[in-house]
Amino acid sequence: MVNYHERLGRTFSALVDPTRRAILARLEREKSASVSALAQPFVIKLPAVMKHLDVLDDAGLITRTKVGRTVTVQLRPEPIREAMDWLRRYERFWSMSLDRLAAYAEGKEAEVRKKRR
Amino acid sequence: MTSLTLVRRIKARPSIVFDALTTPEGIACWWGPDGGPVLVAESDPQVGGRFRVRFRMLDGSEHESSGEYLEVVKPERLSMSWRWTGGEDGESLVEIRLRAVAEGTELTITHSRLHDEDSRRSHEQGWHGALDKLERHFLATERSFP
Repeated sequence: MVNYHERLGRTFSALVDPTRRAILARLEREKSASVSALAQPFVIKLPAVMKHLDVLDDAGLITRTKVGRTVTVQLRPEPIREAMDWLRRYERFWSMSLDRLAAYAEGKEAEVRKKRR
Repeated sequence: MTSLTLVRRIKARPSIVFDALTTPEGIACWWGPDGGPVLVAESDPQVGGRFRVRFRMLDGSEHESSGEYLEVVKPERLSMSWRWTGGEDGESLVEIRLRAVAEGTELTITHSRLHDEDSRRSHEQGWHGALDKLERHFLATERSFP
């Protein structure tokens, strides 16, 4: 089984690329789309799009189903949710820490100014 | 999307903010996601030096993070690796920039994940960045003392 750390790593690596993010954003809006429909807005060729879809599939971010000759792609939101949770945890940590850091540093600044007067 | 960036304006000069970020005394006063106490604060802010901070949250749980300073340029840049002790999160990277502004300091912090395959490369870049900076710093110092 792939552990949490490896899973997060794959999700974030997949999310680094703007084309892949655009694909995910579209799947979020449209629920599902065929591979050719997904490839259409991009200047890159179909095989390149297929490669991006492989990366997204490996990271568990999409599922592909084949019906006849059409491959339909769907979003799997769980890994993204996990990645967002990771970011949110650090956001909370730093946001609260920086509030206190600012208060501490501003107190020190006031002390220095008082001494100089 | 793969990293977190926060910007703060602080009414204190950059050197004071830098000391607050890096001295054990300063760290003990702010580190942690709620008002809980810092239990251990160790910091050796030089390239290759390490930090270790243990804190207790208001719910009683204790957490510890540690890492290595990769870039230390007082009072403007600081970056360090970051790892939760006993966590399954792996290593991440914290980069802090301080810029003097009229009211004091603008602090920008970026906390990013190191992707497994990118991890080594990022570290190398971190090291090269540190060396470049050190070199520039050195040259600047030489110029100001002819």
